[in-house]
Amino acid sequence: MSAVLEVTGLTVDIPVPTGDLHAVRGIDFSVNKGETLCIVGESGCGKSLTSLSIMGLLPKRAKINAAKMEFTGTDLLSLNERELAAIRGNRMAMIFQEPMTSLNPAYTIGNQLMEPYLRHKKSSDKEARERAIYLLERVGITAAASRLSQYPHQLSGGLRQRVMIAMALMCDPELIIADEPTTALDVTIQAQILHLLAELRKEFNSALILITHDLGVVARVADKVAVMYAGKIVEAGSVSEIFNQPLHPYTQGLIDCIPVPGKTARGSRLGSIPGIVPTLIGDIKGCSFRNRCGFAHDACEMKDPFHTLSPGRGYRCTLDVSTCEANAKELVSA
Amino acid sequence: MTGQTPPPVLEMRDVTKTYMIRRGIFSPKQPLHAVNGISLKINKGDVLGLVGESGCGKSTLAKILLGLELPTAGEIFIDGETAHQSGDRKAISRRIQPIFQDPYSSLNPRKTIGAIVSLPLRVHQVGDPSTWRKAVEDILDIVGLPRRVYDSYPNQLSGGQRQRVAIARALIMKPEIVICDEPTSALDVSVQSQILNLLMDLREELNLTYVLISHNLAVVEHIATKVAVMYLGRIVEETGTDKLFEAARHPYTSALLSSVLTPEPGLGVPDSGLGIAFPNPINPPSGCTFHPRCAKAFGPCSVDQPPVIQDADGRVECHLYA
Repeated sequence: MSAVLEVTGLTVDIPVPTGDLHAVRGIDFSVNKGETLCIVGESGCGKSLTSLSIMGLLPKRAKINAAKMEFTGTDLLSLNERELAAIRGNRMAMIFQEPMTSLNPAYTIGNQLMEPYLRHKKSSDKEARERAIYLLERVGITAAASRLSQYPHQLSGGLRQRVMIAMALMCDPELIIADEPTTALDVTIQAQILHLLAELRKEFNSALILITHDLGVVARVADKVAVMYAGKIVEAGSVSEIFNQPLHPYTQGLIDCIPVPGKTARGSRLGSIPGIVPTLIGDIKGCSFRNRCGFAHDACEMKDPFHTLSPGRGYRCTLDVSTCEANAKELVSA
Repeated sequence: MTGQTPPPVLEMRDVTKTYMIRRGIFSPKQPLHAVNGISLKINKGDVLGLVGESGCGKSTLAKILLGLELPTAGEIFIDGETAHQSGDRKAISRRIQPIFQDPYSSLNPRKTIGAIVSLPLRVHQVGDPSTWRKAVEDILDIVGLPRRVYDSYPNQLSGGQRQRVAIARALIMKPEIVICDEPTSALDVSVQSQILNLLMDLREELNLTYVLISHNLAVVEHIATKVAVMYLGRIVEETGTDKLFEAARHPYTSALLSSVLTPEPGLGVPDSGLGIAFPNPINPPSGCTFHPRCAKAFGPCSVDQPPVIQDADGRVECHLYA
């Protein structure tokens, strides 16, 4: 299987008055055709900046660097704005979190849906219209033809998010990046949208990068998972590896935090991760999770080695594998 | 319990809130029944989980309970006494306090934490102003904030700390009932569990009663003692948490439950079978308002209003159990 996107050593630095904010600090990941990669982490861990840097949508003052950032063999960093614009919205597309703010209130749904198709495929209006209607139907919107002349405010949140998905699919992209696509929605709509996204991903055989903080979503949708903390990937693996044998203390903490119906005793104390995320401004040494970690020891102040256990599976910690595995066993069986 | 049972700490009888909505400048106003005849009893120490999709009226109900909206019809009793009919917000706010969803927008960015938390004391003129600082520091201790945040501003605190400030502000009047409107949905997972743990501890320590409005059913199952499911302004099912999660009776409840994504890999994304169309509340469907989305709808559903069935297992409004 060939990688649609391959990233190694991606860093994003943002200059702030007190120095450089190291928002993304050297991350590696790849996603193949027909595969779903979930990037999971809490606010400020750099997951959204990662997606924006792939799309080339970072704010101008942000400094991006990578050893490799290849999209189907093309080096994304070497492209100029015009070349990037030819790929963006065409061969890779993004679904944003807030359908309320990411649709333009002044243009009709049809206008916004057809724009990328007209621009990239140099098609006729008629073709673009047909494609838009076809996709609106595919995402489960009834009376699709009449929706084209509606404005975003005339649609509910769930419908707007469906429009966003249809828009991302207009040009049949090889890579879809969805940044918290269901966070603003009701559980019922969330399930429907994710169901739809999974179905369409299969049908169009594109690669999907899903960015979320919701472990429930991750468990149900992902093939591969990358857990981010403070700008680094602290653990990577297949979805079953991450949930059945979480190795990093942070991943273990996250899993322990959420009540699981039928498993967590009602009213029992939930696990929690004390402390707060450290500042990422200036020089950072050692493991950035150490001040919140129950297993922290002296070595953590100096280093945070990444252990690769097999291709695509690894974790970043000073603890050895057998210790982490023992901790995971205790957590999962509890 | 021996002797006479005390009245429920909060009781609603047929509470209705109707807004008159004009859809265009020349069209006549039409009624929107945001809350449509709700009766509920909440006993002391209960945690009532209120669940339902957006637009089902749960936030309107919360506003009515807080005295921010007057019910169009119906009565509300706190400890057996009426309070809401007079519209005396001050009297209500001594006993019912809110915790809102987003601690980033519910705290005034220009006031210090001390000023924010002591505001209820000032409004109600509780005791001598010289004692207020002490009262605030005590409540900060209780919610697990260091006393030094007294002079801080909200932007100096993290999301979890801000939500603790909101909790402190709600508790400083020693209310009996706290309305928690999505108290953790704006927070990160690791912080969410801290706030839930805190809410559970406080309930025990201070003998509080909660109304927990949430769309996160895992959270509701974890801390609620009973659950009311709302759909288009009505409570369609109400029962103990165990019963609801083990054997939901209303098809809408089942659909909601099946939409919950538990962190169990390999199960895939469920299809709740609800369809997308949440009906227009101005022009609700005939009969049972849920029938167009219901997989189990049959003859009478589109014609007759469903009967209210009250039995040992709780309350459900559905033709299936008639």
